[in-house]
Amino acid sequence: MKMPNTSEILLRVEGVSLAFGGVKALRDVSFDIRKGEIRAIIGPNGAGKTSMLNVINGFYHPNHGAITFKGRTRAQMQPYEASRGGIARTFQNVALFKGMSALDNIMAGRTLKMRRGLLWQTLRYGPALAEEIEHRHRVEEIIDFLEIEAIRRVPVARLPYGLQKRVELGRALAMEPDLLLLDEPMAGMNLEEKEDMSRFIIDVNNHYGTTIALIEHDMSVVMDLSHRVAVLDHGVKIADGTPDQVKENQAVIDAYLGVAH
Amino acid sequence: MLYREAGQFKTTYAEDMAIFPIRQDRIALAILLGIAFIGVPLLADFDIWPFGSDYLLRAILLPFLILALAAIGVNILVGYCGQITLGSGAFMAIGAYSAYKLGTGVHIPIAWLGFAISIPPLPVLLSILLGGLMAAIVGILFGVPSLRIKGLYLAVATLAAQFFFDWVFLRVAWFTNYAPSGSVNAPTLDFFGLNVGTPIERYLLCLIFVTVFAVLAKNLVRGNLGRQWMAIRDMDIAAELIGIRPLYAKLTAFAVSSFIIGVAGALWAFVYLGSWEPLAFSIDRSLQLLFMVIIGGLGSIMGSFVGAAFILILPILLNLIPSELGVPLSTETITHLEFIIFGSLICYLLIKEPHGFARLISLGKEKLRLWPFPY
Amino acid sequence: MVGLGQFLEVLIGGLMSGVLYSLVALGFVLIFKASGVFNFAQGAMVLLAGLALVRSLDLLVAWGFPLWAAIILGIGFAAVIMAITAWLIERFVIGPLVNQDGLTLFMSTIGVTFILEGAAQMIFGSDAYPLRLFPTDAWFLFEDLFPGGILLNKLDVWGGFIAGILVAGLAIFFERTKTGRALRAVADDHLAAQSVGIPISWIWFVVWFVAGLVALVAATVWGTKLGVQFSITFLALKALPVLIIGGLTSIPGAIVGGLIVGAGEKIAEVFLGSYIGGGIEYWFAYVLALALLLVRPQGLFGERIIERI
Repeated sequence: MKMPNTSEILLRVEGVSLAFGGVKALRDVSFDIRKGEIRAIIGPNGAGKTSMLNVINGFYHPNHGAITFKGRTRAQMQPYEASRGGIARTFQNVALFKGMSALDNIMAGRTLKMRRGLLWQTLRYGPALAEEIEHRHRVEEIIDFLEIEAIRRVPVARLPYGLQKRVELGRALAMEPDLLLLDEPMAGMNLEEKEDMSRFIIDVNNHYGTTIALIEHDMSVVMDLSHRVAVLDHGVKIADGTPDQVKENQAVIDAYLGVAH
Repeated sequence: MLYREAGQFKTTYAEDMAIFPIRQDRIALAILLGIAFIGVPLLADFDIWPFGSDYLLRAILLPFLILALAAIGVNILVGYCGQITLGSGAFMAIGAYSAYKLGTGVHIPIAWLGFAISIPPLPVLLSILLGGLMAAIVGILFGVPSLRIKGLYLAVATLAAQFFFDWVFLRVAWFTNYAPSGSVNAPTLDFFGLNVGTPIERYLLCLIFVTVFAVLAKNLVRGNLGRQWMAIRDMDIAAELIGIRPLYAKLTAFAVSSFIIGVAGALWAFVYLGSWEPLAFSIDRSLQLLFMVIIGGLGSIMGSFVGAAFILILPILLNLIPSELGVPLSTETITHLEFIIFGSLICYLLIKEPHGFARLISLGKEKLRLWPFPY
Repeated sequence: MVGLGQFLEVLIGGLMSGVLYSLVALGFVLIFKASGVFNFAQGAMVLLAGLALVRSLDLLVAWGFPLWAAIILGIGFAAVIMAITAWLIERFVIGPLVNQDGLTLFMSTIGVTFILEGAAQMIFGSDAYPLRLFPTDAWFLFEDLFPGGILLNKLDVWGGFIAGILVAGLAIFFERTKTGRALRAVADDHLAAQSVGIPISWIWFVVWFVAGLVALVAATVWGTKLGVQFSITFLALKALPVLIIGGLTSIPGAIVGGLIVGAGEKIAEVFLGSYIGGGIEYWFAYVLALALLLVRPQGLFGERIIERI
C-alpha cells in the first residue's frame, strides 16, 4: 500500500505498561499512528494486541506510560474522552446491541451527533423528528456503502456472523471517527467475506480519510492492506515498519514459529 | 391476503419511521380508538350490553387503563433500559400522596427560619402532574446507585425504596393530613371547570391520560434516548464506548419511568379508588406490575397494555368459569389456583417466548402478512 | 438512658434472630453458588417443607404413632416432597432455561414461587399450623448482675446450633467432595461444565434438593417460632439484605450478614424507634444493605465480578 502524503502523528503511545495482578499484558510499548494511514498491529495469541486497543480507547488504564491523541497527552484515556475525541472501535466478539435491529444499532452510533434533548424527543414532531431524519440520511449512506440494505430491519441477533461484523463496522463509521480501531475484523470469515471487508476498509480510508488501526491474524490481508505494521509478542513490541520490512524480520518469524526465547 | 403491504410505498423517512407503518394497522388502530373514545361511552350511556351495569366500566376498564399506564412506566425502566425494579408500588404511592398534599394545600412551618412554606390547594390536573414530578425526583435519587449496582443487587435496592416508603406513608401523619384512620379521600376532581364524577367521565379522563402518555412514551422509545436505553440494556460497556453516557441514560430512564408511574399512582388514588391507604401500593402491586410487563412483553409499549389486560382478566375468569361450569370452588382455592396459573404462565413464557405476548402477537402478524402462503 | 442489661438483651435477641435469618439465606447461597441462579422461591420452599412436615406430623400423631416415630416419618415425608419438587423444578423450569441469562432465570424463580405457594396451600391447607419440635421457653441469664436477668430463648440457641452444623456441613460438601466441585464448576459456566461431561440435570437436581433440605431445617425452627403459615414466605424477602450484606456466594457471609441484620434491626427498632416511631425494622435491613452496596457492591465476603469485553 502506498503511504499517505502526510506524516502528521494522530496517536502516539509511549512506554505503556499494563498488568493485571501478576499477568503483564503490555511492557513498555511505544509506537505511533500517522494520520490517514492504515496501521496493523499483529502478533501471536496473547501478545497483548486487544489490551493495547483497550488502552487506546480508555477501557483499560495503563500502569505506566502516556497516550498522546490529537496533540493532547494524558496518562490514561477515559472511554467518553476517546469516543468524543473521535475514536471508534469494533470488537473481537461482536459487541452489537442484540435487542435492536441493524438500522437501530447504526443509528445508536450517531448519539454523539444528536443534540435534541428529552423534551423535544418526547414531542417528536418538530425539531427532534427533523434531526432524526437528517441522521437517518447519513446512516443510510453508510448502509449503502456497506451493502446491507436488505437486512436493516433484522434484529442483529438473527444475522450471520459476517453480517454482524459489517453492521458493527457501520456503527463505528456512524460516529464519523478520526481513528477507527478494528479488532480482528476478518475473524471467522470466508475468503469472499474477507475480500469484501478488505474493500470496505480501504474505501473507508480513501473515501473518508479515516485513520485505521487494525488487529489481524491473516497475514496476506495485513500485508496487502496496511501502510505500516507493529508486531507485539508477550506484551513487548518486537518490530515496527512497513509490511515488507516486518516480513523479513527474524524476531517476527521466530515469534510466529514459537521459537523459545 | 388481508394483511399485505404490497403497494404501500414509503417515500420519506418520516413515513418509514411512523409508529404504524402498515395501513392495515392504522385502520385497526382507528377502529380501536373509535370504540374506546366514542363507542364505549355511547353504549354505557344507553345501558347497552356489555355496559348494562357499571361493573365493566368501573371495575375492569378503569383499573385496566391506569395499570396499563403504570406498566408502560415499568416497561421503560425494566424492558427498555434493563434496570430491574421491585419498588414500583412505592413510586405510585409517592405520586398519589404528593398529589394529595398538593391538592389539599401544603403548609410546612420552618421554625428555625421563622416562616412557613405555604402552598394553596392546586388544581387537580396540576397536582397529578406535580405528583408525577415528585416521583421522578425520588426516582432519580434511587437511580443513582444503579451506576454501581446491577441486576439482582439493584432489585434489592429498589426493595429498600418500597419498604421505606411503605413505612413513611404509614407513620408520617403529615402525608395523610393527620387523618386518625390513616386513610385519605381524594379531592374533588374538577378539570377546567368540568366535574369528573360518573364512571363514564372517570373512564374518559383516564383514557385521555393514557392515550397521551402512550404516544409520548412511544415517541421517546423510538428516538435517540430510546436507543440509548436499549444500548445500556444490551451491552452497557459497548454503549459507553460509542459515546453514550450511562449516567444520563439510566437516570433519564428512572426519571421518565417514575414520572409515569407517579401519575398512574395519583390517578389510581384519585380517580379509581377515591379513598385509599398505603396498602394499595405495597410490594404486591410492584410484583403485579412486573408480571404485567413480563407477560405482556419487555420493551414493548403495546405489550404493557396486553399484560395489564391479562393480569386483570385472569382472576375474573377464574371466578366465573368454575361457577359457570357448576363446580363450586372456595375463594381460597381460587386464589391458590390463580397463584399456580400465574406462576406457570410466567415460567412458560420465559421458556418459550421471553418477549411475552407482544412478541407472539408480532410473530402472528408476520405470519399474517404472508397468509395464505407459508413463506 | 438505657441500661446495659436492656441493651445486651436486645443485642442478643437480635443476634439470635439473625442466625435464624441466616438459615434461610443459606439456601439462597447454596443455589446461587452452585448454579448462578438467584432463587426467589426459597421462602416458598420453606413454606412447602414446613407444611408437608407439620401436616404429616399431625396426621401421624392422630393415627396413634408415638411422637418420636411421627417426627422421623414426618421429616422423611417432607424430604421426599422436597426431592419431588426439586426434580420438577429442574425438569420443567430450570433445565429448559439452562443457557439463558441470570435475569431470566431469576424471573422464572419468581414464577416458581407463585406455583409453590399456590400448590402447597392447596394440597396441605392454608391455616396457621403450630409446630412443637423445640422447647420454646427461655433462660434468664446473669440474674444477679441485671434485674430480671437477660432473656435468652432456648429456641434461638437451638437455631444457632443447627445453623452452625449446617454451615460446617455445607462448607465441607463444597470444598471436599467431587459433587461439590462439580457444583462450583456449573455455577461458573454452564456450557463449559456441560462440555467436560458434568451431568447438569443431575447436578441441579442435587442442588435444589439440598436447598430444599436446608429449607426444611429452616422451617422446623421458624415454624416453631411463628407457626407454619403463609407469612413465612416473607422470610425470603428478609433474607435478601442478609445476602447482599454477606455476599451472594459466601456461606460464612450468610451467617455474618444474618447476625448484622438481626442485631441491627432490633437495636434500631428499640433505640431509634423511640425517636422516629415504630416499624423501623420493616425497612432498616434494606437501607443498610443499600448503603453497603454503594460502598462495596459485592457485599462483605462476595466475589468481585469482573466483566471483560
